[in-house]
Amino acid sequence: MTPDVLIALTLVAPLVGAIAVAIIGRKVDDADPASRPAANLRDGATVVASLVTFGLVLNILQLVQGGARPSLELLEVFHGVHLAFEVEPLGMLFALVAAGLWIPTSIYAFGYMRGHHEINQTRFFVCFAVAIFAALGIAFARNLFTLFLFYELLTFSTYPLVTHAGTEKAKRAGRVYLGVLVFTSVAFFLCAILLTAHYTGGDLEFTPGGILEGKVEGTPVFVLLALFSFGVGKAALMPFHRWLPNAMVAPTPVSALLHAVAVVKAGVFTVLKIVVYVFGIDFLQAGDYSVWLCWVAAFTLLASSMVALTKDNLKARLAYSTISQLSYIVLGAALATHHSILGGGMHIAMHAMGKITLFFCAGSIIVFAHKTHVSTMDGIGRRMPWTMGAFFLGSLCIIGLPPMGSSWSKWFLALGAAETGQWVFIAVLMLSSLLSIGYLMPIVGRAFFRPPKAWTDEDGKEHVAQTEYSEGSPLCTVPLCLTAAGCVALFVWGGALRDLLLPILETR
Amino acid sequence: MSEHYPVLLVVLPLLAAPICLLLRHGTASRILAVLVAWTCLAMALEVLNQVTSGENISYMLGGWAAPYGIEYRVDALNAYLLVIVSVIASVVLPFGETSSDLTVRTGSLYLYHAAFLLCFCGLMGIAVTGDLFNVFVFLEVSSLASYALIGLGKGRRALRAAFSYLVMGTIGGTFFLIGVGLLYQKTGTLNMADLAVRVRELTDAGVGLRSVIAAFAFLVTGVSIKLAVFPLHQWLPNAYTHAPAKVSAFLAATATKVSFYLLLRVLFGIFGAAFVFGTLRLHVLLVPLSILAMFSCSLAAIYQRDIKRMLAYSSIAQIGYMTLGLSTNTELGLTGSIAHLFNHALTKGGLFLVVACVAFRLQSTKLEDWSGIGRRMPWTMAAFVVGGLSLIGVPGTVGFVSKWYLVLGALDAEWLPVAILILFSSLLAVVYVWRVVEIAWFREPPDDVEIKDAPLSLLLPTWILIGGTVFFGLYTEITIEVARKAAGLLLGVAP
Repeated sequence: MTPDVLIALTLVAPLVGAIAVAIIGRKVDDADPASRPAANLRDGATVVASLVTFGLVLNILQLVQGGARPSLELLEVFHGVHLAFEVEPLGMLFALVAAGLWIPTSIYAFGYMRGHHEINQTRFFVCFAVAIFAALGIAFARNLFTLFLFYELLTFSTYPLVTHAGTEKAKRAGRVYLGVLVFTSVAFFLCAILLTAHYTGGDLEFTPGGILEGKVEGTPVFVLLALFSFGVGKAALMPFHRWLPNAMVAPTPVSALLHAVAVVKAGVFTVLKIVVYVFGIDFLQAGDYSVWLCWVAAFTLLASSMVALTKDNLKARLAYSTISQLSYIVLGAALATHHSILGGGMHIAMHAMGKITLFFCAGSIIVFAHKTHVSTMDGIGRRMPWTMGAFFLGSLCIIGLPPMGSSWSKWFLALGAAETGQWVFIAVLMLSSLLSIGYLMPIVGRAFFRPPKAWTDEDGKEHVAQTEYSEGSPLCTVPLCLTAAGCVALFVWGGALRDLLLPILETR
Repeated sequence: MSEHYPVLLVVLPLLAAPICLLLRHGTASRILAVLVAWTCLAMALEVLNQVTSGENISYMLGGWAAPYGIEYRVDALNAYLLVIVSVIASVVLPFGETSSDLTVRTGSLYLYHAAFLLCFCGLMGIAVTGDLFNVFVFLEVSSLASYALIGLGKGRRALRAAFSYLVMGTIGGTFFLIGVGLLYQKTGTLNMADLAVRVRELTDAGVGLRSVIAAFAFLVTGVSIKLAVFPLHQWLPNAYTHAPAKVSAFLAATATKVSFYLLLRVLFGIFGAAFVFGTLRLHVLLVPLSILAMFSCSLAAIYQRDIKRMLAYSSIAQIGYMTLGLSTNTELGLTGSIAHLFNHALTKGGLFLVVACVAFRLQSTKLEDWSGIGRRMPWTMAAFVVGGLSLIGVPGTVGFVSKWYLVLGALDAEWLPVAILILFSSLLAVVYVWRVVEIAWFREPPDDVEIKDAPLSLLLPTWILIGGTVFFGLYTEITIEVARKAAGLLLGVAP
């Protein structure tokens, strides 16, 4: 198989999955037990699509590890601007994360969606597959235009997932979601892309070492960097972070894969990619263009951690934790040193594994224990030992303690901060780790060490302390244990990830 | 044979229109009209092919040499317009159920086709002719036919809308005629190519400048009324709202486009960019008006309860984009404007056809009646979503292509704030499009109404236009190549 065919197949696989799901699921009524066999077939199609996609991504990985840059050029859209794909290590990593975590998520989603008696599951799974297609397009994009195309596709394909419940609350959240993401992307991101085209004479290709050096300097560079970093609203830099907590009205598998992995990681991936391949690390370093962005990222990092401390709703707390962790990556990009870029890149994978675990656990707790708020979670560890055990491991991963993968990425980020001599950012990183202990560990403590107590669930129903509930469907429990194990595995594979990413630091 | 195509493009619909009247039969007249439109499309494509690959075409009517006889002169821009008009006519005419048509008053279907063909003939005539007085004649032919088309809409309001359009249109036509007269008095010619040379002689010499400027003002104002340039747009929302939906589709996609072409010809072809933007500094007036149009009409669109009226206001905003691109006086901006002619024709034509599909089933274009319609008519409303995305200018659709060039044109002219305003105004489109999407897809449909999706004879034309917005949003080669060539011709630089 030639590399271009391989890329095309990888991109097409989730789309074919979406079409298959749409066709099989046309007649499925999720409220009707009689259509269960068709529903099983439909959900099977999603799993097959996710497995095939991941297999194809692994094939591309082999090529990229061998030093190749497989590419696929479709057509010339504007003069000198192509709809084209080229896989480099950073995009490879993002594609691995998105496609790899799609497998456990699709298994988890059946358990969750059925356990929660959701309707319109066909639409849900179709949009989900389209979102993965968009994420892969972002990962493989060869230039800013292609990236932007898939970036917008990702926004619009996830909108029906956010508003899935169809309630007034969901619709309002959907409006904020679409409003913030489209506003930032059109008003800032697109503006930055067009300005870049203006300055470089139409060159939008991602090039090692950047494309702006020698074309523009001084104030316009600050403006461009600001437009790019705020324009990529999916990176949830404050003050454009409101969409993420709002997106939590979506069913938990969406929060898990899309709003902890694919969508938000697409944002920080885009920021990293622009810093490395459009500006160039050396160019940013030489002009001190990104120091202000370090401060914005540091502020977001600490502020959202503190907000997370105050949230009682578990998903909201995790959402703010995500905002904080995304800023680690933006900070890595803004520090613009070799180590900080490596750390930022690695943190894409590390945080993804940890946060998806936490969301899986939160979803299981909602479906099987009917609890949404931290204050009601006393004693659930005794009834759901596997789930809460996985939650513990995921928390360690977010905090960044060994033997969890994210200890590597945080280590490199701290090294990067040291390289610039900006010690204050090391302090920020450490402080934020402490804060994350503060908002995650009490949940584990409550779950295992406090006796159960009476609570009221999201529908307003009263439960007594002795209410029976248990681990729930293995369709939910197995995936979350797998991703928890993944957090540890990434600690072991940290070196391999670093080796994969190293080539992005070569300038020519 | 092919050398006669320029004139046949006009003569064929002109002859077919009275035949429709004589036929006095809905279906027969429809078949005739569709055949004429398709033949014209084939000829227009051939003409476009000729001018893009080779020389411009010059056709002397009756063999009388220009500038004394009437010359039909076709370059890339004319041919491009001919293709736009005939494409839209070819798609809109077959649209509808053959047995009955609920969107046009019953019993008047053959009248509809006759008026349609006359309007089509007039628009093609404006696009093809090289004679300024001949332009006026065709302008009146198309306008009179379109008054009749709008008046065919159901309800008395259609007649009122047609009447007020008639008044405004006549004022516009009169202004245009006065302008033509003044120019003729100064130069003694009506041939546009010839006029360009003589007007330039006058402006360079600085003699009789006052009459030339007066002629310029009358011509531009007259065309601006027909084009519905802000604030001369008052007639447009009513006309588009009360006309039958497929008439709105045709007019929105073609009439304003042809008027815009006329504006381009007058500004760049006759008077020349140096005079218009250098001496008269028209952009000082046109840029603020365009921006006002983009914002105020997009805002107005947000508050409309009738979807046709919402789309009409959106059209005026989109005309603002076109006039803005033109005022940059750069090749990129002009390319954007010209590309937007075709791109917006596809988008708005497709969206009005969607409205026609829903109106066919639902008998209503009121927003609140559309709740949950997405569940009942999924294919129709999916077309609305795609067309809406194109209106917003999401990448991968034609709307994005035009915006790309418009913004780059504004940046080329060193107008950074204008570039930013273009992007911001497209955010308003998000609001008015998404309002409809939310109501149509995320509200519960009323239980008592049981309606099916639109029949294939309606869906197919709709999806041809909507599919085109995605196809030409990615394969921009054809549109951009032609638009670039036309822009180059207008600016007098070798393409």
